[in-house]
Amino acid sequence: MNRRALLGIVGAFLLLTAVLRVWVAVNDRAYRAPVYSTQVQPVPREQGIADQQKAAEAKAKAKKYEAPTYRQFPFVGSRVAIWVVAELHLMFAAFVLAVPMFAFIIEVIGYATGDKRYDRLAFEFTKLLSTSFSFTASFGGFLTFMLIALYPAFTNYLMEVFSPTFLPYVLLFFAEAGCLYSYYYGWGKFHPLVHLALGLAINVVGTLIMFIANAWASFMMTPQGISDSGALVDLYAAFDNFTWMPINIHRFIGNIAFGGSVAAAYAAWKFLHAETDEQRAHYDWMGYVGNFVAISAFLPLPFAGYYLAAEIYAYNQALGIMMMGGAFSWLFIIQAVLIGNLFLAANYYLWLGMGRVEGVQAYQKYVKYLLAAIAVCFAVWATPHSLIATTAEIRAMGGTLHPMLGYLGVMSAKNTAVNVLILTTYVSFLFYRRTGKRPTVSWAKLGNLVQFLIFAASTAIVIFYGIYGYFVEAAVRIAFSVPQVLSVLVAMVLMTVIDIFLMRGAHATGETHWGKIPAVSQYVLIFIAVTFTWLMGLMGYVRSGLRQHWHVYGVLVDSSPDAFTPTLGFAANVVSVCVILFFALIAFVFWLASLHDKRDWGTTQSDEPAHGGHAPKRVSAGS
Amino acid sequence: MKLAIVLAVVAVMVVLRLVRAGLLVWLAAWWVGTYAVLRYGFVTPIPASALHIFMAITALSLFAYATSSRERMRATYEPVLAFASESRFTLPLALVAASIPGVVAWSVYQGLQQPLQPPYFGRTVHPSPPAEITSRGEKVDLARAANPFRNLEKTDVQAFRRHVENGRRVYYRNCFFCHGDDLGGAGMYAHGLDPVPANFLDSGVLPMFQESFFFWRIAKGGPGMPDEGAPGDSAMPEWERMLSNEEMWDVILFLYDDAGYRPRALEAVGAEVAH
Repeated sequence: MNRRALLGIVGAFLLLTAVLRVWVAVNDRAYRAPVYSTQVQPVPREQGIADQQKAAEAKAKAKKYEAPTYRQFPFVGSRVAIWVVAELHLMFAAFVLAVPMFAFIIEVIGYATGDKRYDRLAFEFTKLLSTSFSFTASFGGFLTFMLIALYPAFTNYLMEVFSPTFLPYVLLFFAEAGCLYSYYYGWGKFHPLVHLALGLAINVVGTLIMFIANAWASFMMTPQGISDSGALVDLYAAFDNFTWMPINIHRFIGNIAFGGSVAAAYAAWKFLHAETDEQRAHYDWMGYVGNFVAISAFLPLPFAGYYLAAEIYAYNQALGIMMMGGAFSWLFIIQAVLIGNLFLAANYYLWLGMGRVEGVQAYQKYVKYLLAAIAVCFAVWATPHSLIATTAEIRAMGGTLHPMLGYLGVMSAKNTAVNVLILTTYVSFLFYRRTGKRPTVSWAKLGNLVQFLIFAASTAIVIFYGIYGYFVEAAVRIAFSVPQVLSVLVAMVLMTVIDIFLMRGAHATGETHWGKIPAVSQYVLIFIAVTFTWLMGLMGYVRSGLRQHWHVYGVLVDSSPDAFTPTLGFAANVVSVCVILFFALIAFVFWLASLHDKRDWGTTQSDEPAHGGHAPKRVSAGS
Repeated sequence: MKLAIVLAVVAVMVVLRLVRAGLLVWLAAWWVGTYAVLRYGFVTPIPASALHIFMAITALSLFAYATSSRERMRATYEPVLAFASESRFTLPLALVAASIPGVVAWSVYQGLQQPLQPPYFGRTVHPSPPAEITSRGEKVDLARAANPFRNLEKTDVQAFRRHVENGRRVYYRNCFFCHGDDLGGAGMYAHGLDPVPANFLDSGVLPMFQESFFFWRIAKGGPGMPDEGAPGDSAMPEWERMLSNEEMWDVILFLYDDAGYRPRALEAVGAEVAH
């Protein structure tokens, strides 16, 4: 028993000792120095590192040179990066080419009439040029570096084909810079005819520059003059490819419209900031002239676009179908909506402009009929050929085309609508021009009747061919656009000639008060400029995107990660960002130009010009 | 057109003219009248997408008219201003204010009453063809290829008719189950297919394309549809697996012949001068 008790006590003691030992071990936080191994490692670390470096150096020396085909731009990818830079370069280039065109025209008018206002206006436009020219050149350089860095193989191919055009291009650029800065800084310093010659030279040189650059861009879409493997065979053929001349014409006219609209937007911005009636009158007039130039150029623009589209079809039908009936066709519906809005806005501005003339406005009563014609034509033009419809709607229609709307989705209806829209806009302008005047010539009634008959005959021809187009095959139908266009152009020319003689010596029934126009009209001018710019970007994307996965269509395939065709929504977003960036930059240009009219540092208020836009004094026009 | 709807709208306009309604009333009448005609005036309803475009254009045009001169602007906003501020309109104004939540609730209710429909996926009905296809080992250049039997129409009418008759046999043995016995796209299986089979009587189908387009669509069917045409959605088989090239060209001859359309002519100049 005692033995058992002794064993129990010893066991309990051992258990207690074990518990105490574990408890002390777990709670012991005293610092213990690490135990270092004194044994030498079997592989020396330094030697290992040295061997690795040596191997890396040997590998680097043995690396063979391989020309990269693509490099990647961070975050947004190469395509979007090049897209944005190219678009901004193009927009500034269009502006820089357009502004001298109408600055020159306006200066000629000022010289011929001796009216100083035109001279001042031309100078005010020219003030926008120098900064814009720098931006254009900077974006051009940016684009070139981006192309070399991101698409080296493709850029190298274009250089191989078009290198003979580079030297003339650069020399022309120098000539353009020389003419432009002489024109701007030489305002009032030369004889007016010398100055006008400089203005003409800017336009000629600028247009030649554009023609060369257009050859590169159009070659990418409709390449010619090369062998099956892409080697250059005939430079002239590569230059004068299928779409080169249509793009030249389309861009030439489009640039005038675009430049006019941006200049009008500038005037609108100044109008809205004007503090005196005199300033308002000046900028109202300036906006009117800018818009007049823009809309005058805008009217023949659809025909130039049609010529371009016909050449694309002629080059390759697959491209044409892709454009008008395939993946890109919905952009044409957006285009129709935007152009319809432009027509509506242009007419609306003219109707508002009638309010500048005091007294009874006899032509206001016709506005509702003009508006009805515009709305109907707008609706016809915006009717899609392939309707977006639910399955139930498609079943109800018995197919993809609505039994009635289907007739409005085809070319015959669209051509008719756009021609009537142009005629209607022209009539709005004619009414605006006549507001506040009464003809005094003896044949006034007959003149009016003849004008009306010309208008009616032209409309009848347009509608006749529009309806007849439904009964002939496509090849014949396409050719109908020619008599339609010609009838409209001839009608506009004839009516203008008659109107000039009809209103000669007309009795003024009310004075025109520039600046007395509702402020909403100025927002219309800004709207027109933004719409033009957006339209330019969207349609430019269609032209460029048609190549799909080709850098040069059918010749040089795009094997980069961006070779897929983006969704229309994504493309519209990129274009919208470009438009916002362009207007942010152009606002900076406007601000810089406005510095010219600001008071010099330290001068008194009496030294300040009465309103913006004073041209430097020059030898009197016509002297 | 449903004449009753159109005449009712015209009658309202005539009444407004007789009572010399103000500009604001006219603007409202034009908007509502246009909506009524477009929404309810067509026997075959206009799809909602097109209706929205038309109504937006109408609204924009009416806004432009209302604000196109100072007089019109005054005639438009003065009644609104008077209605909102003069004490004689207090009761009607309160009624209008109170009805706004009711209109919203009605709109929500209407939205919930729409029948359930399969979700719509946008697709291009006539997608762009590739430049070239291979059918039964034979390469076909879609930009330039013409129907090899089309010229018989002028040179050997009897041979042409034989090809058309062969095309008819091919059609009624293979195609009419979906495309219908009258070529109208309403075959016995059509109700179960989405997208619905092509309607060859539709003026936007046969005359809009060259025959090579249809050769491609028949030979490659739904699986050969490009991305924008939603590949795989169409139940059209790849007929090159079942028919010879000659049979496919024959059935195209038959389609044009029976529907009474002419194929789109080839363009005068083409890609052959490109390179």
